Amino acid sequence: MMNNGKLNRRDFLRYGTMAAGAVALAACAPVAPGAAPAAGGAAAPAAASGANQLEIFSWWTSGGEVEALNALYDIFKKKYPDVEIENSALTGGAGQGGNMKALLETRMQGGQPPDSFQVHLGHELIDSHVKADRMEDLETFYKDEGLTDVFPKDLVDIASMNGKPWSVPVNIHRSNVLWYRTDKLEAVGAEPPKTWDELFAVADKLKAKEIPALAIAESEPGFCGHEFENLLVAILGPDDYRGLFTGKTKWDDAKVTEALTTLNKVLDYANPDYLSTTWGDITDRFMADSAPAMMIMGDWTHGVLKSKNFTNYKWAPAPGTEGIFIVLSDSFGLPKGAPHRDNALNFLRICASKDGQDAFNPIKGSIAARTDADKSKYDEYQLSAMADFKANTLVPSIQHGAAAKQSFVLDYDLAINLLATKRDVAAAQAKLVAAAADAEFEAA
Amino acid sequence: MSLQRLWTRGAIYLVLIAFSAFYLMPFYVMIITGLKPYVDVNVTRMWELPKGFYLGSFLEAWYKVAPNFANSMLITIPAALISSFIGSINGYIFAKWRFRGADTIFMLFLVGMFLPYQGILIPLVQTLQALKLYGTIMGLILVHCIFGIPITALLFRSYFAGVPNELLDAAKMDGCGFFGIYRWILLPISMPAFAVVLLWQFTSIWNDYLIGLVVLSSPRLAPINVAVQNIAGSYTTEWNVQMAAALIAALPTIFVYLALGKLFMRGLLAGSLKG
Amino acid sequence: MATSNPVSVPGERTRFAAGSTTRKKKTLFRGDMLIAMVVLTPSIIAVALFIYTFIGWTFYISTVKWNSVIIDYTFVGLKNWQRLLNDDRFYTDLRNLVYYGVGFMTQCIVFGFLIAALLDQKIKGETFFRTLVIFPFAVSGIVTGVAWRWLLQPTTGINLLFAKIGLANFHPVWISDPNYGMWAVTIPAAWQFTGYVMALYLAGLRGIPQEVREAAAIDGAGTYTIYRYVIIPLLMPVTFTAIVLTGMNSIRVFDLVSAMSGSGPALATDTLAFFMFQTTFGAYRYSLGAAIGAFMMILSAFLVVPYLRSMKQEVEQ
Repeated sequence: MMNNGKLNRRDFLRYGTMAAGAVALAACAPVAPGAAPAAGGAAAPAAASGANQLEIFSWWTSGGEVEALNALYDIFKKKYPDVEIENSALTGGAGQGGNMKALLETRMQGGQPPDSFQVHLGHELIDSHVKADRMEDLETFYKDEGLTDVFPKDLVDIASMNGKPWSVPVNIHRSNVLWYRTDKLEAVGAEPPKTWDELFAVADKLKAKEIPALAIAESEPGFCGHEFENLLVAILGPDDYRGLFTGKTKWDDAKVTEALTTLNKVLDYANPDYLSTTWGDITDRFMADSAPAMMIMGDWTHGVLKSKNFTNYKWAPAPGTEGIFIVLSDSFGLPKGAPHRDNALNFLRICASKDGQDAFNPIKGSIAARTDADKSKYDEYQLSAMADFKANTLVPSIQHGAAAKQSFVLDYDLAINLLATKRDVAAAQAKLVAAAADAEFEAA
Repeated sequence: MSLQRLWTRGAIYLVLIAFSAFYLMPFYVMIITGLKPYVDVNVTRMWELPKGFYLGSFLEAWYKVAPNFANSMLITIPAALISSFIGSINGYIFAKWRFRGADTIFMLFLVGMFLPYQGILIPLVQTLQALKLYGTIMGLILVHCIFGIPITALLFRSYFAGVPNELLDAAKMDGCGFFGIYRWILLPISMPAFAVVLLWQFTSIWNDYLIGLVVLSSPRLAPINVAVQNIAGSYTTEWNVQMAAALIAALPTIFVYLALGKLFMRGLLAGSLKG
Repeated sequence: MATSNPVSVPGERTRFAAGSTTRKKKTLFRGDMLIAMVVLTPSIIAVALFIYTFIGWTFYISTVKWNSVIIDYTFVGLKNWQRLLNDDRFYTDLRNLVYYGVGFMTQCIVFGFLIAALLDQKIKGETFFRTLVIFPFAVSGIVTGVAWRWLLQPTTGINLLFAKIGLANFHPVWISDPNYGMWAVTIPAAWQFTGYVMALYLAGLRGIPQEVREAAAIDGAGTYTIYRYVIIPLLMPVTFTAIVLTGMNSIRVFDLVSAMSGSGPALATDTLAFFMFQTTFGAYRYSLGAAIGAFMMILSAFLVVPYLRSMKQEVEQ
């Protein structure tokens, strides 16, 4: 194992411990989960009830995310050493956290909620769980913790229904960022484009050198949904964009057509194998020598690129979206009937706190939802995002659950995927109109 | 051996070897990729052997899936044992105590073998919720036992049907009743059938994904295939770890298959078709 | 077994024939018969509830308005079915089912028969080959999907092998093809299942008496003729079983596509099962999901009914 020096001593110790831990886990597991339901009978999510525990549901299983969540847990453990944390993290399935959301839903429906769970701030929570009357409102919690003063009003609005907030945002990610390879743009002597017209001009220059302009990964529905929300905001502007979800702006509007047509044109400048590239591979593609020159993607990209020690890139707002911040946020809520309500509230307190947010976000690659974060803990990109977050107009992300409910997002993604594969603007728009009708968007 | 015959034999072996290579290919890829560190996992060198014997990926994968591996054992072993036992009793009844309507009930049981689970998934979740068994290992064991009723009954019925009735009548003369006949006559001779049914139930329960995914909601309690998909679905997990985890998930069934596969085949071949 | 669902096991059709349960002796006590019924009752209740009631309940849910997180049992008639029948995705999935069914069945049956026929030629190392071919049947759909997802990546995997043997221009995108991706899914599916079909055929071939072949050979028939006119017709029941089993398998493909490509580009690798799961547990459209599930039931009935009918005769012997 050691002869070729593949495994240094530190790794060896690390894996050694892991293996030992794993064996121990495998050895005791038969007692723990097996015994609990047998003994407790009705004790549903085994062992969850009774003891002094805290079960947190999330879809954070990848590097960076796990460490960030652990940072929150560490603070919690220091304050409440007696509480045992059960970290339930599940990813997989279609869409981000697809399986996790499915299972959370069946648990909530069956009256077996976890103590708290990760959910995209906004309609993903509101339409899935608030409207089904499964959540406690956090109005007093916000008041007691003084949160209305430290979260921007636009953000609290996204979190609210009937004037009450329903979850606590722990971070802020920005959807509308243009990441570009400095070497590729230099090769054609271009500046990062500020509008879509500029982008196409740059793209033509790149095409002459056989460099794809934009990185796209549409092997499954989703990625282009992200691109399209950026186009919608750029072409409709913030007010009409928000109107899409209140019925004020129609989805058969000519501007939506324009956005679709633009996306259709973008695909001609994308990496030609975009239909066999998966979302998970896209950062590797962006780092490769033969990479596309630019990529419009959320700012978790920054965290991933940084973790891979890649430096050959810079960022700008996505074309046409300067002054606008398409926001998405991971948040935690309080389900009715949480088995350990007090622990859950304590956890929410940590999520909302300055310490908690400043511990979580530098690792996650996001910024704090609070406007009073400790700037010394964040890097250059994050500082620029913080400044924009304060100064810009905030609009909710579609793809990441802030603007509309989950069923709409699925339909929306399929419609955009149809455009990306069949290149038929009218058909895609018809699908969007049908999806909007099904979602019953109306003024709140 | 004529020249032509030599050619034919050669061709047959060649074709068989080609097929074997095809069937082994994914295992080969899983093993060599699992034995590589991440830096050596490369699209252009995917078929190359690892440079050394690196176990890091397997250890990392094991670290991730060990609890789920234990869960799967906890689910599969009791469920396979219980459902085989139920199957042997049911098969015994269907074969030897054919009361009026027994055949009809048997046919109705068999329909259950062909179910696409999607057709019952929603009521299943609702019922388990109502029974407070949703999200528990017990619940999943129960579900596997119930959905195992048709196939196990079928297999045991076929086996017991081959036992001459005269043997049973003799036992009757000696004063054996319903349970006596089962206990003293059929159970002792049904070990081969048990082996076949256990093997079948073990592999199908171990390899289940859908029911485990839907019924066992807590990732900590989820069976191994859910965990493997969880690792594979996570965007940043390296290929080497995914392959290692997949191989770990496949090991118990592969092991059982290699240990008992002959028996399985023997059962299969013994019941040769008469046309 | 390979997929998550129990299917019939080989041999059962014939084992019935071998059974000797025809003469039921009246000597068995009536009381014992009662015990037998009582012992069977829990299983009957379990099957009645978990299979038949559930099927009925699924059909019922497909007629109500429960298409959001809020349970709503308002009767809406066939609205969910109408919606399903108006959904392009439904027809894409049906098209995919045809692709999958044809591709998967053909591969399993043709290769399964071919390998069985070859193994039946008194091969040295038969056990070895046989074990290898059935081997994939022991692993799960998820494991298969994870391994094959990489093998079918256009930039590496099998394409890399092609390039190495000088076929660099042969560069299919496999599962990423927006129109024909489903055909590529049948390769790993058949990889997993062919061994099982092979075992069925091998059992069938072993059951054909040597005299039959010899008689044909004496009549001057060549190998091809013997297979074409004697053996293959004799194996029709096996082929029938294989068609039913592979057909059932085609209807409920879920694990494999979940692990490989999800619904894929332009729903190229979408299946009814995946559609049902996503609709129900992803979009919380329970009633629509129930309609898809119920539709899958109806489809299966087309395979189950003839199969059970053929079994019924043997059961009642």
